[in-house]
Amino acid sequence: MQLKIHYYALMREQAGRSEETLDTSAATPADLYGELLARYGFTLTREQLKVAVNSEFSDWSRRLAAGDAVVFIPPVAGG
Amino acid sequence: MGFRFTQVPIDPTQARRELLDPAAGGYVSFEGWVRDHNEGQEVTRLEYEAFQELAVKEGERIVAEALRRFPVKRALCIHRVGTLGLSDMAVWVGVSSVHRGEAFDACRFIIDEVKHRVPIWKKEHYRSGDSGWVNCERCAAPPAHDHGHTHDHGHGHDHPHHGKADAALSHK
Repeated sequence: MQLKIHYYALMREQAGRSEETLDTSAATPADLYGELLARYGFTLTREQLKVAVNSEFSDWSRRLAAGDAVVFIPPVAGG
Repeated sequence: MGFRFTQVPIDPTQARRELLDPAAGGYVSFEGWVRDHNEGQEVTRLEYEAFQELAVKEGERIVAEALRRFPVKRALCIHRVGTLGLSDMAVWVGVSSVHRGEAFDACRFIIDEVKHRVPIWKKEHYRSGDSGWVNCERCAAPPAHDHGHTHDHGHGHDHPHHGKADAALSHK
């Protein structure tokens, strides 16, 4: 299954890219984060993040579908 | 009304015109400025980055909530993205209403919610040459304060402290 991942802020720097298309067997955002954590060595734990699928906040256990766009959201600091 | 981003300096004189309403007796605004220090570090500039598609949706939801919760006329929030220098305006919130009390309340509600909910990130650049993403790097450091020491940004630590109280005071 192909997914589109976008990276922002600290995670963009740690991944060394702002987006990628990924072939994965991850069924949920939680699985996907585990996979990417192992690849990129992100310093943020899943508990520190939120996740968005197709530009809307999502549950970590949502079933991902081919073509979904996933964004992991580090602790925010607007204002 | 609503929420939007800008890559160029915010113009509050222009923005307040969008709040004009014949029934409004006044308006309240809040400006967030880049200040020269945070958590013991001398800050020289900031970079703001946003996940704009979701951030605009969430920002508009916050403004809509404010309009439901408080009997105000109009409300608008504009957030800057890109590189900002000291004293530059990072965010502007304006609310017009019939009476002042609810305008203050709604303005406070909007800025507080924006800080906690909208996917915007801030990278501070320090006089020391160091830099860091606010709430993302030093939040992983041990709770003991290490101001004045070299920051290792907590690599190898796993302390899930979001520093929420600090975040709320990050530059205002």
